Amino acid sequence: MAGSTPASATADGPPLAASAAASRPLVSPWAEAWRRFRKHRLAVASAVILFLIILAVLFGPLIWTVPIDEIDFRARLQGPSWEHPLGTDDLGQDLLARMLYGGRISLAVGCAAMLVAVLIGTTVGAVAGIASGAVDAALMWVTDLFLSLPELPLLLLVIYLFREPLRALVGPKMGIFILIVAVIGGFRWMPVARLVRAQFFSLREKEFVEAARALGASTPRLVVRHILPNALGPVIVAATIDIAAAIIAESTLSFLGLGFPPDVPTWGRLLYDAKDQLDFAPHWALFPGLAIFLTVLTINFVGDGLRDALDPRRVV
Amino acid sequence: MTHYLIRRLLIAIPSVLGISVILFTVLALAPGDPFEELATNPAVPPEVRLQLRASLGLDDPIHVRYFAWLTSMLRGEWGFSFVSRVDVDELILQRLPTTLIVIGSSQIVALAIALPVGILAATRPYSLFDKIANTLAFVGFSLPTFFTGLLFILFFSIYLDWLPFVYRTRIDATGLAWLWEHVKQTVMPVMVLGLFQGAAWTRFVRSAVLDVIRLDYVTTARAKGLPERVVITKHVVRNAMIPVVTLVALQMPSVFGGAIVTEQIFRVPGIGSLLISAILANDTPVIMAVTFVFACLVVFFNLVADIVYGWLDPRISYR
Repeated sequence: MAGSTPASATADGPPLAASAAASRPLVSPWAEAWRRFRKHRLAVASAVILFLIILAVLFGPLIWTVPIDEIDFRARLQGPSWEHPLGTDDLGQDLLARMLYGGRISLAVGCAAMLVAVLIGTTVGAVAGIASGAVDAALMWVTDLFLSLPELPLLLLVIYLFREPLRALVGPKMGIFILIVAVIGGFRWMPVARLVRAQFFSLREKEFVEAARALGASTPRLVVRHILPNALGPVIVAATIDIAAAIIAESTLSFLGLGFPPDVPTWGRLLYDAKDQLDFAPHWALFPGLAIFLTVLTINFVGDGLRDALDPRRVV
Repeated sequence: MTHYLIRRLLIAIPSVLGISVILFTVLALAPGDPFEELATNPAVPPEVRLQLRASLGLDDPIHVRYFAWLTSMLRGEWGFSFVSRVDVDELILQRLPTTLIVIGSSQIVALAIALPVGILAATRPYSLFDKIANTLAFVGFSLPTFFTGLLFILFFSIYLDWLPFVYRTRIDATGLAWLWEHVKQTVMPVMVLGLFQGAAWTRFVRSAVLDVIRLDYVTTARAKGLPERVVITKHVVRNAMIPVVTLVALQMPSVFGGAIVTEQIFRVPGIGSLLISAILANDTPVIMAVTFVFACLVVFFNLVADIVYGWLDPRISYR
């Protein structure tokens, strides 16, 4: 968004030693994007923190090998200590281990739901953008309809109706994972669809597309090889923000007690369990809450940095 | 304006119908049978169950069932709650005012934050104030409502012990004391929702004002010698509000999502907490009706946004 640090055209580019002195050094689009991204200090810092969070979640359970479900009644609701760096819950289970494990699920749900949303959104947007006319109008009507659906109540409704059958079909964990990913993705594709459609409308009139068409490229080839790669920048930005939104959506569901089952300690689920013990064990709620907040905040900042980097129109 | 209004109303009807189709499809596609419990009940013979199904029209083709459902919804026959044995519409009407009060006042809070901060930030782009406001806005909408709610309870109710964290409908007080108690218990839910929305809107307002403030007519207004305050309030803000209204309308679904969460945290007896308790109690008629009410509210607020739109930009209503 415009609120970020401006990347100015006069800023120094990457040092290219071998380039000719007079002519402008040849910079690939990705190097240029990276140069712009680096100008956004908060985004770079966020990327580092986010990377650390992902590392911790991926490899943390290998280092911190305390089991997530070891019940120890002597250590109930303890605050942070050397033995339990983030304290314990009401069954004496180690919170650090649970958070590291839950973080995997939370991040996995976020990424998978984002992929679903981007896939549906890009398809709908591309079809609407290339077909135009009646197809476009119909698809956009559906998009607008989905945009005016109340997301959370419908999420809750779908989960209520489909939870049990899916659980019976593929097991409790996998069932609820598929359901949550599908439903969150299925209700978040609309902004991507609109973005892609708008991009297609402007791109398909461009000269290079005309040239490709004149050379006899078929419509699918035009879309996949020529238009889509050029529409990718805003989609990447939207996808990043979507991960954050999906993580919040999953945590919200778990927080309402309608997400993952109790033995899958996602961050939202931990908060749900913690909220009745707030006065005795504030650490139990604070750490998972901070984890969600930090992840979402850093993803949003990285998205903002990517917007500066990949959306050339926005940068002065 | 009247023409425009009627046209918007006519556009709203298909969306309500579309939403009802989606809702009904979800319900119809859902596996499971409302008569499952009867099937396991040995006192009900299978023939009776089949007859019951037929008499209730459960074996009809899906479109027949949809129209039957739709007409009864339109006639206000929303069925009655399995759990509390009360008509669903009565239950919802009881709870709706609380939800609307909480959502309404939180939107006012959000506007009271977003408008001044966004405009100030945009008039001084890249200043220290702008940077701080922007960072805080990011923090604000990255904090999920359920976490802010818990933080508020932790700080204001448990640590400071200023505010109650459970919403009570019956308050044994009269006059000003009654009002004061109500204000005290409404503050936290309203602030949680308002801060979240306010943070998101601040960014909308800022970028919209920033887009408008560079235009030539603003320079003209300044060149005429108008004071800066008049230029901003009379010339810039009105035009900047047009995209903001659209974005605010698009945010309505997430506002209701946030309302459900806050109602659940603070035990506010609104339709959001009704929905959650109905889901936990498998109370299908209530779930369907509340979801439908939420959908209608979203469509209604989109309509309101359209009307504001027409007022802000008369060109739209005359097209």
